[in-house]
Amino acid sequence: MEIIYTDLLCVGAGLAGERVAVEASSAGFKTICLSIVPPRRSHSSAAQGGMQASLGNSVMGEGDSPEIHFMDTVKGSDWGCDQEVARLFAETAPEAVMEMDRWGTPWNRVVAGTSIYFKGGKKFEKTEKKDKEGLITARDFGGTAKWRTCYTSDGTGHTLLYTMDNKVVETGVEVHDRVEAISIIHDGETCSGVAARCLKTGKLRAYLAKATLIATGGYGRIYRETTNAVINDGSGAIMALDTGIVPIGNPEAIQFHPTGIVPTHILVTEGCRGDGGTLLDVDNKRFMNEYEPEKAELASRDVVSRWMIHHIREGHGVKSDYGDHLWLDIRHLGARHIKTKLREVEEICNDFLGIDPITQLIPVRPAQHYTMAGIRTNKDGAVYGLKGLFSAGEAACWDLHGFNRLGGNSLAETIVGGKIVGKKIVEFLRDSDADFSTALVSEFLKKDQERMDRLISCRDGKENVFKVRNAIQNELMDHVGIFRNERDLERAVANLQEIHEAAGKVGLRSNGLGANAELALALKIKGMARLALCVAYAALQRTESRGCHAREDFDARNDRDWLKRTLATWKEGSDLPELDYEPFSKVMEIPPGERGYGSCKIIGCDEDETGE
Amino acid sequence: MGRILTFNIFRFNPKDPGSQPGMEKFELEESEAMSLFIALTSIREEQDPSLQFDFCCRAGICGSCAMMINGRPGLACKTLTKDLPSEITLLPLSVFKLIGDLSVDTGIWFRAMNEKVESWIHSSETDDSGKKNKPMGNALMEDIYELERCLECGCCVASCGTADMRKDFVGAAALNRIARFMLDPRDERSADEYFEIIGTDEGIFGCMGLLACEDTCPKKLPLQDQLGILRRKMGWNAVRHLFSRIIPCTKR
Repeated sequence: MEIIYTDLLCVGAGLAGERVAVEASSAGFKTICLSIVPPRRSHSSAAQGGMQASLGNSVMGEGDSPEIHFMDTVKGSDWGCDQEVARLFAETAPEAVMEMDRWGTPWNRVVAGTSIYFKGGKKFEKTEKKDKEGLITARDFGGTAKWRTCYTSDGTGHTLLYTMDNKVVETGVEVHDRVEAISIIHDGETCSGVAARCLKTGKLRAYLAKATLIATGGYGRIYRETTNAVINDGSGAIMALDTGIVPIGNPEAIQFHPTGIVPTHILVTEGCRGDGGTLLDVDNKRFMNEYEPEKAELASRDVVSRWMIHHIREGHGVKSDYGDHLWLDIRHLGARHIKTKLREVEEICNDFLGIDPITQLIPVRPAQHYTMAGIRTNKDGAVYGLKGLFSAGEAACWDLHGFNRLGGNSLAETIVGGKIVGKKIVEFLRDSDADFSTALVSEFLKKDQERMDRLISCRDGKENVFKVRNAIQNELMDHVGIFRNERDLERAVANLQEIHEAAGKVGLRSNGLGANAELALALKIKGMARLALCVAYAALQRTESRGCHAREDFDARNDRDWLKRTLATWKEGSDLPELDYEPFSKVMEIPPGERGYGSCKIIGCDEDETGE
Repeated sequence: MGRILTFNIFRFNPKDPGSQPGMEKFELEESEAMSLFIALTSIREEQDPSLQFDFCCRAGICGSCAMMINGRPGLACKTLTKDLPSEITLLPLSVFKLIGDLSVDTGIWFRAMNEKVESWIHSSETDDSGKKNKPMGNALMEDIYELERCLECGCCVASCGTADMRKDFVGAAALNRIARFMLDPRDERSADEYFEIIGTDEGIFGCMGLLACEDTCPKKLPLQDQLGILRRKMGWNAVRHLFSRIIPCTKR
């Protein structure tokens, strides 16, 4: 079988994978990216609103600093992040934005003079300074003290990815597109690369590398209603779980974005609210200002999503064939603003809803959006448990976001994290050599070939892979969503255990030849069920409410017992993950406190068991 | 009850020795707001799991799903069935190499395009942390973004008369990319250097001006204008070179 050797192998060619690749390639190391789609189609391209960095060029961002960005990020995470990582991140972000500028990103700029802006539906005036004219500007986003989100209209992810892939071409990084890694080759201590299936021919091959990076994005597609691309099914996390060694950090930390459009769940950016858009209910009345007098529509995503569902439950939703929803109103921003700063939003509304957002309301409801969860790494991006294995971006739990990610911090994480982890990988490559065992490679390739053969020949059963996937998605959506409780979670765990068993009996209905999509899904289906079980089981065990993890039966944030991160591993033959815990942060620069938005019932670190 | 839609879909799996190229019919009941993404996914999951096609973002953002829809290149994810007759013919995007059924290889093609036009900022400045970035006008950034919205979906190439006839034609996507860099003051390439890349029949002078590229671009990029501007600039450059050859002492 074909074996390809390289210094660095990046599994995934979105922004994080490519940023790391550029760093290694620029340092002279042979670098290959694997991607299941042509790299510019990676889901990074769908990020709209922007990237946070405390440049402070806009007058509305005056006085901003990495310090304030750091504080916003920690509060946003509900004290669930690693504070060392958050500080490193906030300090590196401004330079990372300017580097992307030098590489060609067309960031929007400060225009000097007086202009109007909207907040909470009301008009205000601001005057941008002459000496800042032409510098990179920023817009407002949720949970931030300053206007800090740098942007290119609402196509920021697209322009960043095109800029980055240009750099990939320039520095000679090889991209093997339509190749899907399906298992990590390792001996229990060191990672040697991956076994991968070519999605053009269906053939297996091995990639061996001194360092391997997993940057496969999130796993939103294990939920029924998600803003994510169809490719975001957690292939990287599945490979990691399959090792039995590498842990998934905080699998229960799943973000819902307030504004997925109904019924397709396509995202419209937080920039809509950042630029002054409002949320309205069935009576065309604002409601976020009543729940959150201070931040209103611009509280953090977990908080806004929760209030929206609460408001719908109170009977204020708009009835539709696709369930109740609320309205997003950007009409008052005007045609000029929408046609320059919210172009994708306008197109999405026109194309998929048949409405004109300049004159009409947009139907929205929270939808799964982001996995703060991921492959657990240390602050250098090195994965727990296996030498030579790294992870970055949404695939990783680096852990910048804890239990809630701020809007604008995901694009930032890919580029800033990619830069930091890339440098560490270059150091690693300089200092290390690899021993590859051909016996080990053969063992893994043989195992994967056998998996494929069994699925094609229906040796283990004839379960329909699409039905099993739908069952997983429904279970998580219905019982492990925005609000969680013991009864639902116990039910989800029990049902998912049954679904996991069914996933082991999947057999193909097609012949599996060539670039067969049924086989691609079937190879992952057991892993998807396991990932879902990690989410549900970890959520069941976490008897507190923190950020996106809202337990109706444990509604306080419990800093006394739960200032710790879940680490989930999967032992072969088991039907549940093993859960372990570690402190959120070795360094607590900012001790746990109130976020300034969201309800704030807190059980303090020092409180004893009896309460008070 | 919705219309019963009939899909005529091109089928061929080059990796299956038993597969012969041909058309296959599928029927499906139309639902409200049905897109070709929803329809094709349903056909694969309910009727024939071997059906090959490409979707990724399903939101008109990533450019994965271009195909020939009733004879016209377009993004399948944002094509709604209500805008089509009840008989729908789907073919793979022309010009590009077939992977199977409706799936074509755009990745290799666009990587080669990006290499050919050297689609990156050519700067004499070395990367140097802490360096101050140059201020640039917001209007200029908006103009660059207008051209940078290209999705590399391939619709312009598949609808191009020249690209159909000659394999080496760079296509509107490449010419648009050059136009994008010519606007950008960060790219220090000279007119001559751009001319080197596209001042040929494979480049701007191969364009016959049929402009189907602009008609089929799902992002409505102003390709007609850009091709016109490039042709003028490159034409002028050619004339200038001719003069400097006739009168070698002519300097500009």
